[in-house]
Amino acid sequence: MQHDIPIHWIVLLPLLGSAINGLFGRRWSESTIAGIACAAVFIPFLLSVEVFYTLMTLPEGVERVIHPAPLFEWFASGGLSIPLGFAIDPLTSVFLLVITGVGFLIHVYSSGYMHGDSGFFKFYSYLNLFMFSMLMLVMGENLLLMFVGWEGVGLCSYLLIGYYYDDHANADAGKKAFITNRVGDFGFLLGIFFILYALSTQGVGLTLNFAELKELAPHLGGYATIIGLLLFVGAAGKSAQIPLYVWLPDAMAGPTPVSALIHAATMVTAGIYMVARMGFIYAQSPVAMTVVASVGALTALFAATIGLVQNDIKKVLAYSTVSQLGFMFMGVGVGAFSAGLFHVVTHAFFKACLFLGAGSVIHALHHEQDIRRMGGLFKKLPITAWTFLISTLAIAGFPFLSGFFSKDEILWKAFSNQQTLIPGWVFWLVGVVAAMCTAFYMVRLFCLTFLGEYRGGAAHGHGHDDHGHGHDDHGHGHDDHGHGHHGIHESPWVMTLPLVVLAALAAVGGLLGLPHWLFHAPNLFHHWLEPVFAGVGGLKFTDNTALELGLMAVAVGLAALSGFLAYRFYAGASQNVPGKLAAQFAGVHRVLLNKYYVDELYKKVIVEPTKSVARFCWRVIDDGLIDGLLVNGTAAVVGIAGRLTRAFTTGDVQRYAAAMFVGLFILVVYWLAG
Amino acid sequence: MELEVVRQTADAAGGFPWLSAVTWLPMLGALLLMAVPRENTGLLKGLTLAWTVAIFGLSLGLLSGFDGLNGGFQLVESKPWIEAFGIRYAVGVDGISLYLVLLSTFLTPLIILGSWTAIEKRVKEFLICFLVLETAMIGALVSLDIFLFYIFWELMLIPMYLLIGVWGGTNRIQATIKFFLYTAVGSLLMLAAIFYMYAQRPDGSAPTFLLTDYYGMRFSLKEQGFLFGAFALAFAVKVPMFPFHTWLPRAHVEAPTAGSVVLAGVLLKMGTYGFVRFAMPLFPDAVQVAIPYIAGLAVIGIVYGALLALAQGDVKKLVAYSSVSHLGFVMLGLAALTPQGFEGAVLQMINHGISTGALFLLVGVIYERRHTRNMADFGGLSRVMPWFAVIFMIVTLSSIALPGTNGFVGEFLVFMGAFVSDGPYDLRWYVAVGATGVILGAFYMLWMFQRVMFGPKNPKNDGMRDLSKREWTVLAPLVVAIFALGVFPNFILKNIHPSVDRAIQLSTASVLRDDDAEGKATIEALQKRKEARKAEGRAPATAAEGAR
Repeated sequence: MQHDIPIHWIVLLPLLGSAINGLFGRRWSESTIAGIACAAVFIPFLLSVEVFYTLMTLPEGVERVIHPAPLFEWFASGGLSIPLGFAIDPLTSVFLLVITGVGFLIHVYSSGYMHGDSGFFKFYSYLNLFMFSMLMLVMGENLLLMFVGWEGVGLCSYLLIGYYYDDHANADAGKKAFITNRVGDFGFLLGIFFILYALSTQGVGLTLNFAELKELAPHLGGYATIIGLLLFVGAAGKSAQIPLYVWLPDAMAGPTPVSALIHAATMVTAGIYMVARMGFIYAQSPVAMTVVASVGALTALFAATIGLVQNDIKKVLAYSTVSQLGFMFMGVGVGAFSAGLFHVVTHAFFKACLFLGAGSVIHALHHEQDIRRMGGLFKKLPITAWTFLISTLAIAGFPFLSGFFSKDEILWKAFSNQQTLIPGWVFWLVGVVAAMCTAFYMVRLFCLTFLGEYRGGAAHGHGHDDHGHGHDDHGHGHDDHGHGHHGIHESPWVMTLPLVVLAALAAVGGLLGLPHWLFHAPNLFHHWLEPVFAGVGGLKFTDNTALELGLMAVAVGLAALSGFLAYRFYAGASQNVPGKLAAQFAGVHRVLLNKYYVDELYKKVIVEPTKSVARFCWRVIDDGLIDGLLVNGTAAVVGIAGRLTRAFTTGDVQRYAAAMFVGLFILVVYWLAG
Repeated sequence: MELEVVRQTADAAGGFPWLSAVTWLPMLGALLLMAVPRENTGLLKGLTLAWTVAIFGLSLGLLSGFDGLNGGFQLVESKPWIEAFGIRYAVGVDGISLYLVLLSTFLTPLIILGSWTAIEKRVKEFLICFLVLETAMIGALVSLDIFLFYIFWELMLIPMYLLIGVWGGTNRIQATIKFFLYTAVGSLLMLAAIFYMYAQRPDGSAPTFLLTDYYGMRFSLKEQGFLFGAFALAFAVKVPMFPFHTWLPRAHVEAPTAGSVVLAGVLLKMGTYGFVRFAMPLFPDAVQVAIPYIAGLAVIGIVYGALLALAQGDVKKLVAYSSVSHLGFVMLGLAALTPQGFEGAVLQMINHGISTGALFLLVGVIYERRHTRNMADFGGLSRVMPWFAVIFMIVTLSSIALPGTNGFVGEFLVFMGAFVSDGPYDLRWYVAVGATGVILGAFYMLWMFQRVMFGPKNPKNDGMRDLSKREWTVLAPLVVAIFALGVFPNFILKNIHPSVDRAIQLSTASVLRDDDAEGKATIEALQKRKEARKAEGRAPATAAEGAR
């Protein structure tokens, strides 16, 4: 099948944009820089649409994949050849549209948000580099190219989290993200090695090409569990799951558009993409699937409980992201790949919208991020508020908005799955409690930010700012409006337009994946991905529409109840309750506020001991034992031996004579005695 | 057949002795420099730079005369030298040594230019030292006669000794004595082993020191053990492998930038190269027995070196310990005895030369400005020297083997090669432990980067100039190499497949003497182990199919 779409340009254009802005952008105007960067994403978006259309209109029976000849062979060694080639199947095409589409909107938004920043060109160069890496990750035709993108997005994440690096806290956050991800990559790499090891022991030839691996999947059977678990370590790092989630909340130190693009809509979903892409491995190992689903469910609940009490607008959204990613893993973990992926898509819409909305608020309030000093912004920022509201309802699972369909599908599939070793209802229950928390913290966030009275007053300043330092040489675009209450007004259109588009998608995006009980409409999303997971056999789900509807009603009802409570507590008649509860359960509140002290635990158990061991190795083992005792000791022994023998070779004839005399005397005595 | 090739003269290569030219031209340059007055430092430096650039250009010509499909020695020149002992002037390259020669000729002009202003005293002697060192390094890489190799090997020591001892820091004398003695002791044992081998030639055979004559020569396992031990010790000190590494950080800290670059860039590779060319193919049965120890020390070196790097506050010391860690990767790849492992190891030798060489040059850049290498004295440099920060970041990423930079493919192949190794030993656990070096590497490099480049501006660093044109010229080729080898590693790999296959073949084919029953029993037991591993590897999938 001949396709003349130059799909490699989807990947390469952002790289080109990054290089151009990075090398020459220092002297250019903001509009030139933003123009180049946006074009470097918009053209790939158009190409992605064309690819999607081409795949869609392929005649029945033709394999739905575009797989042109590789650009060149990256490297080859001992029977393993890794070509630099790209392939697009329905799964990749979905990610392409989300990455380039949402990515483009965020590129546009950033031109307003980053206006006046001294590193404007650098920011866009990094952002384009991220797009390149992310597209490489989903378009690479083999596992190693995925790994290239995987590490690339990690690098960009590192650079952008530490964007305001004058503050060590931000640089620390970037470093933490990179190193935590490296822990995951360690697992990913070992997973790759295990695949190759398995192939080599089976004597079927080495390959990392996805299509070929899928064919060879039966040969990997005996190693499916270990491969699946190791790869999942990588996924847990990138997609912020227990126990490697700790970097994501800190990653909020980066500029807010970055949080929206990298740390919500795209990069953090790479782990779900990976598990889905390697579905043929997971399907062979109930153990691996159970672990994935369990970690997902636990993370969903765990992060949601932390989100209940956080006061930083971005931190709430960050824990929410960790939690939602947990839902996605629960989906793919029980074998409902398309359900998990559907949530990836809807989440990209509403969470990007929420983050960009938060950015709009932060922008309007001159870098205030504490929701205790917000409130009453509905009238001041109407577009931001309305889009935020729609997305809040979508993530909370309000009926017929996008999040409702995707979350419900995951919950039902988790309940009805027959592969995990833990019964499905357990996952369902954990998921429902997490969903209740979601509704609660999101409504709380909305109420505290947009409803009630403005609580910021003149006191708000730069206490929680995430920039500030970037503005040394240029004043921020809005600084001329002063810092008073009256200076708060809606963001420019480049920022609000993306909000509107994303809110619209968050509202209606669910139509892509309608459940079968609704009008008996076809689930377009599921249908689209069918060819990808067609070969992944043996996954079973119970079919029971009545039960599905009943459980859904329970879930929606509980979420609505908890959302209503949150409204009463934070905007309604019972505003004294949260304080009372916090006082009543002071211990629980403190633990949640301090995120279960996990950061402190890691610091005490992993980071500090590593540094201590390092110092011990240096001072005691290296300087003391090896160099001091062994090396210098050997030298000292030689030195002493030299000094001793020197006593015999003084060149003093009288001393020689004396020695001869003594020797002779001893010999004579010896003979006489003998 | 091998023997015949090496005994040919230079006629095959069109008559022109390419390798000899590349080897001896630096020495000729050193002689020429002697005629230039010492006051005229500009002319001295200019001449040396032009000369070494020309040598690099000439060495690129080696590529055109090299046949990548041939795994044997090429561009061979062989002439009798000391006939009474069969010592010959025999030089030649295979894919493995070719790129190390190119690395040496590539780095030398960059080092000369990089220390343009840093060396202020005895400029003439410094340059002469360097040129002599270049001849010694290339000579050691191309020698096919063991005796000739040994001469070049020891010749490297002298200029390096002077480089640290004359142009070094405050504790230079102590460091240089440690460096010299440590390396010399190892080498002397190797010399004794060489003479033993010479004496063990079959009765009546012509005297020879040709390396190819000794490939396949039969020894009992016990003999091999001693001989391998002697060679391995000499090379292990040079690599340096844990626990023979303590001279390295001291030498690095005291050495001038130029000395550190050449030490890390090329001299350490002489150790790993020695394993590939001499210790492993000469004594394959001893290698079989020693694999767990080599791999074990390699893995310890990876983790231990990384941990020590983590504890350092001096940038140069950190880079020095990181070398211990990185050379551990190389040794693990060699211990794998698989094509991927070997090729990864060769790539890593080159990669480490480029990225660590660049790191030392970068440290030199800020040392020249502030006369300190203590991380605590810096901070916030990114704002003061933005372009320096970009280059430093790229080199840092190369050092932690980010895909797209040169480090990744080599590291991947090393680990993979060891992981899939189908020899008697299961090296998977070694890989699992060694791969934690990937995490620790990111930890110490990024932490160092942060302490130097990020955070609030240290007022003491105000007014530090960004990279000068000269510094750009030094660093740009290295950055280009980092990306070029990251994206097109096949440029090197395609030319080394046959050479690596041959090296593995030599390093795994038994050369036990027929009368060595004890040795035979040991090797047979290892063979059985290998078969058992194979059967075990096949089992899991079979079980799964049964369960289906």
